[in-house]
Amino acid sequence: MSDDAVKIPAPVSGVGGWLDDRFHGAKGVRVLMHKVFPDHWSFMLGEIALWSFVILLLTGTYLALFFVPSMSDVVYNGSYTKLDGITMSQAYQSTLNISFDVRGGLLIRQIHHWAADLFMVAIMAHMLRVFFTGAYRKPREINWLIGIVLFTMGMIEGLFGYSLPDDQLSGAGLRITEGVLQGVPIVGTYASYFLFGGAFPGDSIIPRMYILHVFLIPGLILGLITAHLFIMFHQKHTQMPAFGNTEKNVVGQPFFPYFLLKGQAWFFFIFGALVVLATFAEINPIWLYGPYTPLAISSASQPDFYMGILEGSLRMMPAWEINFLGHTLSLSVLIPAAVPLGIIFTGAGLWPFFEQWATGDKSFHNINDRPRNAPVRTGVGVAAVLFYGVLWAEGANDVLANAFDVPLYTITWISRFAVFILPIGGYYITKRICLGLQRKDAGLLTHGVEIGIIHQLPNGEFVEEERPLTEEERALVDSKHVYKALPTPVEADENGIPAPAARGPLGWARAYANQAFTETVEPTNGHGNGHGPNGHEAIEGGEHAAIGAGDDDSHEEH
Amino acid sequence: MSESPEEISGPRRVIGTPSPAPKAVDVIDEPKEPAFSAEPTMVDHAKNAERVVAALFILAFLAGCGFIAAYVGLEVGQSTIPKGANAVVAAFRSNLALGSCLSIALLALGIGSMIWVRHLTPNIEIEEQRHDMNSAPADRAAFQRSFAEGAAISQITKRPLIRRTMLLATLPLALSPLVLLRDLGPLPQTSLRTTVWRKGLRAVTLGGLRPLTPGDLSVAGSMITVIPEGYQDDQDALAKAGVILISFEPGQLNVPTRVVGGVTVSTQNWTLDNTIVAYSKICTHVGCPVALYEQTTHHILCPCHQSTFDASAGASVIFGPAPRPLPQLPLMVDTDGYIAAASDFTQPVGPSFWERG
Repeated sequence: MSDDAVKIPAPVSGVGGWLDDRFHGAKGVRVLMHKVFPDHWSFMLGEIALWSFVILLLTGTYLALFFVPSMSDVVYNGSYTKLDGITMSQAYQSTLNISFDVRGGLLIRQIHHWAADLFMVAIMAHMLRVFFTGAYRKPREINWLIGIVLFTMGMIEGLFGYSLPDDQLSGAGLRITEGVLQGVPIVGTYASYFLFGGAFPGDSIIPRMYILHVFLIPGLILGLITAHLFIMFHQKHTQMPAFGNTEKNVVGQPFFPYFLLKGQAWFFFIFGALVVLATFAEINPIWLYGPYTPLAISSASQPDFYMGILEGSLRMMPAWEINFLGHTLSLSVLIPAAVPLGIIFTGAGLWPFFEQWATGDKSFHNINDRPRNAPVRTGVGVAAVLFYGVLWAEGANDVLANAFDVPLYTITWISRFAVFILPIGGYYITKRICLGLQRKDAGLLTHGVEIGIIHQLPNGEFVEEERPLTEEERALVDSKHVYKALPTPVEADENGIPAPAARGPLGWARAYANQAFTETVEPTNGHGNGHGPNGHEAIEGGEHAAIGAGDDDSHEEH
Repeated sequence: MSESPEEISGPRRVIGTPSPAPKAVDVIDEPKEPAFSAEPTMVDHAKNAERVVAALFILAFLAGCGFIAAYVGLEVGQSTIPKGANAVVAAFRSNLALGSCLSIALLALGIGSMIWVRHLTPNIEIEEQRHDMNSAPADRAAFQRSFAEGAAISQITKRPLIRRTMLLATLPLALSPLVLLRDLGPLPQTSLRTTVWRKGLRAVTLGGLRPLTPGDLSVAGSMITVIPEGYQDDQDALAKAGVILISFEPGQLNVPTRVVGGVTVSTQNWTLDNTIVAYSKICTHVGCPVALYEQTTHHILCPCHQSTFDASAGASVIFGPAPRPLPQLPLMVDTDGYIAAASDFTQPVGPSFWERG
């Protein structure tokens, strides 16, 4: 049969023909079917977020059929008898009913909550992948920015979502939100009174968050995801460095049938994993927390993990308040609420443009970098992860203190230092590791691969046997994009006028950044099996020789 | 299905090393059909894989049926489950049955699909050419010309009066959505400065709404949350007016001082016999209830962000982000011998705000 022409089944010619008569789609759809999807495990991370969002829409719609977004008081008398006779809001009561009186309600509720957490985890992992491989570079900067906006929206959507049940834990989160909002200079108290419809807690916040949570924010997220995917589709996916992959092509498997089948499998895996979690791992048992009252709290109160960085920042900050022209400026609230996330989001948003500015590189990039080949970027990425990680861990300082039997204040004091020291140390160490790995690659390119056979020469010397890299190995190892150093700005021309690039702090900063970005290890040429002093010295001296290594033209750039 | 076709066709690949076999790249300029080969190379292998996939899909079918059966068979809710049964246990049982069936169905579908694509479809890679993202210079120029022409035809560049008045017209319209938000809530005015406490208003326990005499707190070291009498259902009032009463041995309580109206005053007469003192329960950081009290050290701890206050020294801050002590409520004993407020707080309770001063 494989030699025959493919037999066209009747439905394909019939239904397809019927549709084509009306939409003229045959040619375009055929192109879509052959759309190439490069294959790499890390390209699946964003897809996790996508499928999680689909599951969130499905389960969220179901929950909305039963949830009552009202803060009107009712006296509970239902399945969860421990709360019988307790006054609570309709929102909390209806969440109890979803959990105990609707078949499958608890399951859907827990899938929804787990899916929200997975959505955020997947976005983070996807962002880290895109960052560390340099996939945000031209022409994909806009999609990188859309991703950052999606991440912030996911945080707000999640905060509003877990606040809706009006339980004790989420109410504490709202109280903190209100306290932070009040601290905002000039407009803080007004913003708080407008959001809550008056004094905290009021009776407006749940219905207001509800419409934002089920309509406005998901609508924006859906629109941005659509844009994100269309841009990705239009610009074509990046690919990893490999033999046969160039800046001008995209190699992979066609959408139909491969990606369709794989996407289907992936969707069922993710949905299945979420259902396993929802079945066996209890999440947000709101019936244990009780309805919200402003005077109760439980110890070890923690938000969902993606808000942990804000919680940790608030916990880490020492007391600091100043009086500014007769007004209170609550810096111990404002700094932790705005600065850490501000640094991360603003920094991430500006990074692609900063990198272009510092390297002078305006070219298109469709082949991803190996993290080792961009030591500054990788170092900054690790620094950001550590910065985020310390603040995040500090958000659970009471749990850590309890688990590891360490005094609570000690953890806070350690984190106050670690939040500065770890990112800086992490940057330098990571950069050194990257350069070390580059040195290893340079060794592979000049020496080849040791194959484990050692010869003894008649004079007694031992020599290990090596083979040169295959073309495929070389394609990966030799995939480094080397930035050319920017021309050194002329300090002063013949008239004593400094060149624009050398002027002022910006010129100085650019020269400094450029120096860091262009630090690299070049493979040394012509030593072949070069053992003996020269070969090794050349490799080990590579880091210092790097900037001046331009005369070595054996290295071919991709 | 012990080995995949790729594994059979080449030497085993070590993780981390590049693939040894060159990829069969089918270079095409415009996407064209992959070489059609419906027959996998290993017929037995394919047969096995097909059986496994089909078995998984049948499992998914059965689990899906199980889901429906569990939905119909396992009732939840007080009104439907048998008398005497525990509604919570019923809900958890239903959750377990529904979730297990759905997990099996979805995972079986996922694993089956993955085996299908990995073991039954031939491994074909194709190559597509990328096209430059930037348009051809002529296209760009043509677009710019069309745009400029259109703008010229519309007269918007030529007639600044129209352009500027149009922008002027949109200004109030752009602001009006913000204006419409005004009625979302009342203005704060001075409401953040005061609570419902007033002279003679009794403090009652949060739990039982029971008024207290000083004798009820005669055991030193106890802390109790009290609220103003009659406000137990007013959450807005309670969010500011919650108070903790703490009792001390005589002499343990350092006489605190407070700044009232610019003057430092002793607050000894705000306590009862210098042994019972009342502080706001609302943390001065971001408003969580300061609910933890350590008797031996007299430390009050806010569980949210660990601001720590020394109850024996005017609730002064000894650790954490809170910028100022918990406000102290002046106490008195009313004519019936019950603990009551001697006045409202002398300063705003709770988190800082811009107008606080």
